[in-house]
Amino acid sequence: MTKRILIGTRKGTFIVEKNGMWKPRLAGHAGVGVNFVAADPHSGTLWAALGHGHWGAKMSRSDDAGATWADAAQVKYPEGARYLSPPDPGEETVEGERHKLRPATLLKLWAIAFGGPGQVYVGTIPGGLFASQDNGESFELNRPLWNHDSRGGDLFETEGSGITHWFGTPASEGGEFAAGLHSIEVDPRDPLRILVAISSAGVLESSDGGQSWRSRNKGMTNDYLPNAEAEWGHDPHFIQMCRAEPDHVWQQNHCGVFYSSDGAASWKKVSHPDQGVHFGFPIAVDETNGRCAYVVPGVSDAKRMAIDGGLFVARTEDGGETWQQLRRGLPQEVAFDVIYRHALHISGDCLAFGSTTGNLYLSEDRGESWQTVTSTLPPIYSVRFG
Amino acid sequence: MAQVEVTRHLKEYFPQLAATPLSLPAASVAELVQALEADAPGFAFYVCDELGRLRQHVNVFVDDEMIVDRQRLSDRLSTESRVFIAQALSGG
Repeated sequence: MTKRILIGTRKGTFIVEKNGMWKPRLAGHAGVGVNFVAADPHSGTLWAALGHGHWGAKMSRSDDAGATWADAAQVKYPEGARYLSPPDPGEETVEGERHKLRPATLLKLWAIAFGGPGQVYVGTIPGGLFASQDNGESFELNRPLWNHDSRGGDLFETEGSGITHWFGTPASEGGEFAAGLHSIEVDPRDPLRILVAISSAGVLESSDGGQSWRSRNKGMTNDYLPNAEAEWGHDPHFIQMCRAEPDHVWQQNHCGVFYSSDGAASWKKVSHPDQGVHFGFPIAVDETNGRCAYVVPGVSDAKRMAIDGGLFVARTEDGGETWQQLRRGLPQEVAFDVIYRHALHISGDCLAFGSTTGNLYLSEDRGESWQTVTSTLPPIYSVRFG
Repeated sequence: MAQVEVTRHLKEYFPQLAATPLSLPAASVAELVQALEADAPGFAFYVCDELGRLRQHVNVFVDDEMIVDRQRLSDRLSTESRVFIAQALSGG
């Protein structure tokens, strides 16, 4: 089967296909920010999450492999959806008011995922999971997650607890200061089991198709809260399950790389700063071997750039005990590529990643060697085979 | 009937509006947006958010003056009003 790579960029959607050579072409949304593009494996429909500068966030779909695109049913917060967040500087508060109650409006469409046939999921800022059960003809906010106790309870019907443990997310590429849902992993064995990850909150799991959610942050640690092992306030950058072994879950976090071999019930830190593996945004898990994962490290949260100007992918095949640096074919001088959380992907032996400097790199041998497919794209937000 | 013109940028997304200025029955800017939504489904969510507020980087002018009420778009229109809807200048 011919592989196709879907690329979301700051200036449009690109498709990369191999016809002798890998070649990119603009496939739609020229001039518009595209946060995520993916193909529904069941229907073949292409979905794009757009961020118009002036006109807001919009879902776009193509039913003809990207030849034409049209606005889809739109993701909208329902009337009465509210959320808690810290007061802005200078914003008035009443005595004892720790968080402001705000009406929710869509700031960003951040991630798209697919469950069983007809199921399309969208992650948003402020922290929402929207689900479609009808092939994207309509989207509905998942209320059990929206109303979760960890973020203040049911704010549709009540004033809630007044306290949220979900923070803002200054790391969002667009700078939206509200919690953001960026990872949606549906268990290939059971579409009722879903993991989501939220920047500055953590990981949650549902085993009933989203009717209830529980924290999945045991073993997580952070270095920016007084309690390093707090249940909430963690900052996953991205999580991914192994397709063949979904109990193996990997997480690139603000505070290192974490691995779970028990379906996210517990996590173990597997960073090796001495081997250059600690900070980064994306992570990709081998499709068949749950102990094998790939990251593209940066220096640190304070220096979001390639280490010593040389770009490398790090691979582990033993559950994070050891890491190999894979550099062949990647720039090793004056490289300042930053790889966003959705911009690394794997399909069989192929890996691809794109950077904020518009470079797209591809490997067809599990990362052993790399080629630069193009170095002239706009800043790249997402890379997905499909 | 108010006269409404929209920016060329919006016409790219809503070719139904290519022939503006349009004459539409509307006694307020909010009613005008709803009238445009009826002609061009999806239009209202391009210029307003879920709460009906004008998006931060969108401007509406009535007779060359920016509207006052960006929250509810209650600014009144007369049959002589000329309305212009465009992206706000942003980004330098």
